[in-house]
Amino acid sequence: MCLSIPSKVVEIDTERNVAIVDTMGVTREAGLELMEEGDVKIGDYVLLHIGFIMNKIDEEDALESLKVYNEILEKLDEEERRELVQEDDNCPNRGA
Amino acid sequence: MAELQLKDLYDGFRNPEVIQGFAKLINEESKKLFHPINIMEVCGGHTHSIMKFGLPQLLPENINFVHGPGCPVCIMPKERIDHAYILAELDDTILLTLGDMIKVPGSRGSLQDARAKGADVRFVYSPLDTLKIAQDNPDKKIIFFAIGFETTTPMTTSLIDIVLKRGIKNIYFHINHVTVPEVMVELIDSRDEHVDSYNNRIDAFLGPSHVSVITGSKIYEQFPRDYERPVVVAGFEPVDIMEAILMIVRQFNENRCELEVEYKRLVSYDGNIKAQALIDKYFEKASLFKWRGLGNVPESGYKLRPEFADIDAEKIYADILPREEIEDHKLCICGDILRGMAKPNECTIFGTACKPNTPLGSCMVSSEGACAAYYKYGNLLK
Ligand code: SF4
Repeated sequence: MCLSIPSKVVEIDTERNVAIVDTMGVTREAGLELMEEGDVKIGDYVLLHIGFIMNKIDEEDALESLKVYNEILEKLDEEERRELVQEDDNCPNRGA
Repeated sequence: MAELQLKDLYDGFRNPEVIQGFAKLINEESKKLFHPINIMEVCGGHTHSIMKFGLPQLLPENINFVHGPGCPVCIMPKERIDHAYILAELDDTILLTLGDMIKVPGSRGSLQDARAKGADVRFVYSPLDTLKIAQDNPDKKIIFFAIGFETTTPMTTSLIDIVLKRGIKNIYFHINHVTVPEVMVELIDSRDEHVDSYNNRIDAFLGPSHVSVITGSKIYEQFPRDYERPVVVAGFEPVDIMEAILMIVRQFNENRCELEVEYKRLVSYDGNIKAQALIDKYFEKASLFKWRGLGNVPESGYKLRPEFADIDAEKIYADILPREEIEDHKLCICGDILRGMAKPNECTIFGTACKPNTPLGSCMVSSEGACAAYYKYGNLLK
């Protein structure tokens, strides 16, 4: 019940106080009752829960996390490459 | 990566290679641990992700998950389900609730059974759907059987707010909202009492994701401070969970005991203030709430404030709603599972007499329940 997939705001209907959002290609409506007026804008990433927007996703922070994950991957790759090269001296092109 | 794409928010936190990367870091870090650590994930959403992505098998021997009570359907005691059943059977009444709630057996049967016998019970995706049903059925009483943790509580109060502001006369509420910190305290206390016999105390908590979006991380401050348990608030995706575990292990190795937030993209210290104000406007704490398997936990539930008695189904129908306590199924060990003292596969009827389509206990009903998660993803266990 609590698993919520991130969504992107594509339209805002101020009259009905709802946002139209795109969730992985599916268009849905979500109530804005829990958000301060004017806080949610078109293009924002938000988290939905049972028909309401419960918060905005902090883009900068999400990007920061993804950057850290990339670095982990790169570091991992580098280490693995080094291991491979060490293991396999006969084939210097490996892991290039 | 200059601009964030919706896809990144999804795939980026599920990337199997990143999960592996964290597994490696956790494995290295865990070699420095002085003793094994048990990490309780309080929230059922975490339990589901942990099992779905097979995280236990990626972790070293000395890091163990303990599944907590955070599935709102699983903790609903039979007494409350019986209330819903009785209300649903009333003439000219439609009972609405969320999610898997209609499948959980009470002492008279589940709400699904009530429906089979002719009661009008409906499942709604959102509390807001109640408005349309009330409008379409002006001659009927609509009772919203409200369930959920702090995550879901403000959505119920939003509905109440709309109902009162618009002067809608045929919507009533039966409130069963519960709160996380109080039950965490209860779990620590009961585990500490049993520490010799169970010898597997909770060493740290993985803080719930979406509860914390609403409440803010501030509600967990007491745990590192007063109970010496680190808390790391984690997102629901497998990468979030692995990163949070690494943060917990590092706290142990660096001799720190702190509240940290891994899920910063959605969780702030203060949380969603507007949602909190709405809760406060309509609800007050109930002195006790009975949790299935755990018993009465002080201050762990909400009820409507007395000034809203005329929409409070529990008050309006007080004379037909029983108050007696009801025992759980004798063989069901949900209570121990919810306390983190047993794993689902230790139950003697797990997967035999008790299965998702014939649940005997509540942990088997919801996909967030530990038993259901083990049943579905059990082949991934180490
Ligand atoms: S398997 Fe069924 S009976 Fe056993 S603990 Fe889980 S829910 Fe209860």
